[in-house]
Amino acid sequence: MPLEDATPPAVPSSWTHRHLLDLERLSPDDLRLLLDTAARFKAATEGCRRKLPVLAGSTVVNLFFESSTRTRTSFSLAARRLGADVVDFSAAGSSLSKGESFIDTAKNLEAMGIDAVVVRHKTPGTPHLLAMHLGVGVINAGDGPHEHPTQGLLDILSIRERLGSLEGVTVGLVGDIAHSRTARSNLWGLTKLGAHVILCGPPTLVSPRWREFGVEVSHDLDAILPRCQVLNLLRIQFERQSTRPFPSVREYAHLYAMDRDRLRRARPDLVILAPGPINRGVEVSADVADCAQSLILDQVTNGLAVRMAALWLTCGPRAAAEEAAAMAASRGDA
Amino acid sequence: MATLLIRGGRVIDPSQGIDRVDDLLIRDGLIAGIGPAETPADEIIDAEGLIVAPGLVDMHVHLREPGREEDETIESGTAAAIAGGFTSVACIPNTEPPIDTQGAVEFIHQKAARADTCNVYVVACVSSNREGRELAEIGQLVEAGAVAFSDDGSPVYDAELMRRAFEYCRMFDKPILAHEEVLELSRGGVMHEGLVSLGLGLPGMPAAAEEVMIGRDIALAEVTGGRLHVMHLSTAGGVELVRAGKARGIAVTAEATPHHFTLTDECLRGFDANFKMSPPLRTARDVEAITAAIADGTIDCIATDHAPHAIEKKMLELDRAPFGILGLETAVGLSVTRLVASGRIGWPRLIEAMSTLPARILGIHRGTLADSAVADVTLIDPAMRWQVDASRFRSRSVNTPFDGWTLTGRAVATIVAGRVKFRLEEHPGEVAPPAATSP
Repeated sequence: MPLEDATPPAVPSSWTHRHLLDLERLSPDDLRLLLDTAARFKAATEGCRRKLPVLAGSTVVNLFFESSTRTRTSFSLAARRLGADVVDFSAAGSSLSKGESFIDTAKNLEAMGIDAVVVRHKTPGTPHLLAMHLGVGVINAGDGPHEHPTQGLLDILSIRERLGSLEGVTVGLVGDIAHSRTARSNLWGLTKLGAHVILCGPPTLVSPRWREFGVEVSHDLDAILPRCQVLNLLRIQFERQSTRPFPSVREYAHLYAMDRDRLRRARPDLVILAPGPINRGVEVSADVADCAQSLILDQVTNGLAVRMAALWLTCGPRAAAEEAAAMAASRGDA
Repeated sequence: MATLLIRGGRVIDPSQGIDRVDDLLIRDGLIAGIGPAETPADEIIDAEGLIVAPGLVDMHVHLREPGREEDETIESGTAAAIAGGFTSVACIPNTEPPIDTQGAVEFIHQKAARADTCNVYVVACVSSNREGRELAEIGQLVEAGAVAFSDDGSPVYDAELMRRAFEYCRMFDKPILAHEEVLELSRGGVMHEGLVSLGLGLPGMPAAAEEVMIGRDIALAEVTGGRLHVMHLSTAGGVELVRAGKARGIAVTAEATPHHFTLTDECLRGFDANFKMSPPLRTARDVEAITAAIADGTIDCIATDHAPHAIEKKMLELDRAPFGILGLETAVGLSVTRLVASGRIGWPRLIEAMSTLPARILGIHRGTLADSAVADVTLIDPAMRWQVDASRFRSRSVNTPFDGWTLTGRAVATIVAGRVKFRLEEHPGEVAPPAATSP
């Protein structure tokens, strides 16, 4: 599947999904295909800087019902790198504020002739609901605390680039697991690829019942720190909490913030990720966020690569190349 | 003198301890006797192979009128009731406005009389305007015909008000039907709090939210001597509380819905709002506890919590969609399939749970085939296999998670005061056998 060829390749037939809704229901092979595709796109575009117009003529709609800067920008940029047209739709000021249901809104957009919808919504399952009602590919860009598949993939891609493989790697996910879609997507993706996952945070944010999903649960960061090869520091989602799950930010930072002291007690080759936006001083101190072990900026580049892969697999030409060409032609006529 | 003979069915009347194949004679709208009929009747129904039961009573139905006629009306809801085998329903007062005045009770009675379908008994509000601040005029409401009191949809939140309600209702020997929920614990929740909600990132409603309130109300019933009826009991812990309360001699009864003994929180994996109810679908362990409690009588009766919502309200994001599903037209099928056909309970217990006991709890003269009782009778084909088709429902709404399910057991005739109000054979499209497989 050399992407460098002039003619765009077809989406491999092993990719049987129409949408990218969550990582929980993907197979390890699906995940590897996504990661490999992202890695190829990254290489073929000189680190996501060059265009590779394999989706020229396609239109992608960013349907964001919840505020987002970096994810939306990343999806827009990824789509443009692939030559697709991008339409941004935000809920504020739309017919939604006039009482239109989100399904009607999406159906209206679909009727305008689009190829994929990238959706973010505060309610879990909303992308799944859209996928049931729309005839085009749906990519989940974050549905409340449920999943954020491209975030999980970009975290995993960043780890894989640094460590070579996920097999047997111990990854600590620290912080607000309860409200974190990033945590869930990481958890499913990492465990399917053979990593050992430790969830860490206070019991009000990390239910002991996670153990029933085959992961380790700890409430003591210092205890697990020496064992972790990777730490993913998740943001405290103050906006999703009805009552505060810990007494004070100061106490939380004391127990769970990744700072210089803790870094000294960690493995020297510890890799640090943070999905951002980060609360500096809460989950991670400023110096640690900027240290050499931090992959925070790699994550941003890999975000582009993963989103290119997701968009291409979702609305790229399917194996029957002639049919795809015909479809492209008919789109051009219309 | 009009007579109707129901011939050769299996007559089951738990109120008299009857379970035998026999004839049932109805004369002028009243039961004229169980036994071999000698005189020819004006009308004869051959009930061979059928269950002949006292008319089914659903003590928990949301008819939505007044105020939300787009979801259901008294006319459409009672039509759904007779199609489901119910001869009596008790309607819950969380309408708009709520049923908290004599005039409002009159309105329901009048609409029900006009629909002339099945008996409609009125449950009135515990608190004025259902606000939970002061008692509604309970004495006046009883005079107007209210049979029980409930703020269902919400709990009676103020414990002191609940205590006063128990004390005051004692004077009229009326039960309080309680929606048991500690709102702080369930706030924002859309499903049961458990392993499934954890994985899906959906806000959960813990079993404790229900159990804490059941515990409070049992304690209040004990101290006041009032009658507590726990609505839509859904948790294993709640079952234990009711069981212990009964053992202590407290006047507590309970109901369970067919969906709570049929479905679990696993159903939410598809994010379909037709599985969103309050209390939520619980775990397999809770389903087992509910089933066992129906079998041993800890849970007295089966009630549907029939909760119609127009399709545009249910087809929303999970957090915006309202709680509740339809129940009237699937209750018999689900109960027979899940409880009787599976061998968990016998037919007499099912009839007791769907007729005798709800009538007794509400204090209405129904749920019996005793001589001279009003002839409300339901005929059930215990072996009929049929497929649920929501598009054929009499209800105005279609919010059921059971569409397409194949069920065993169905009401084939519903007789209210001696008049045949529903006969399945008059609706030929609905008696076709289902597709081979069941879900």
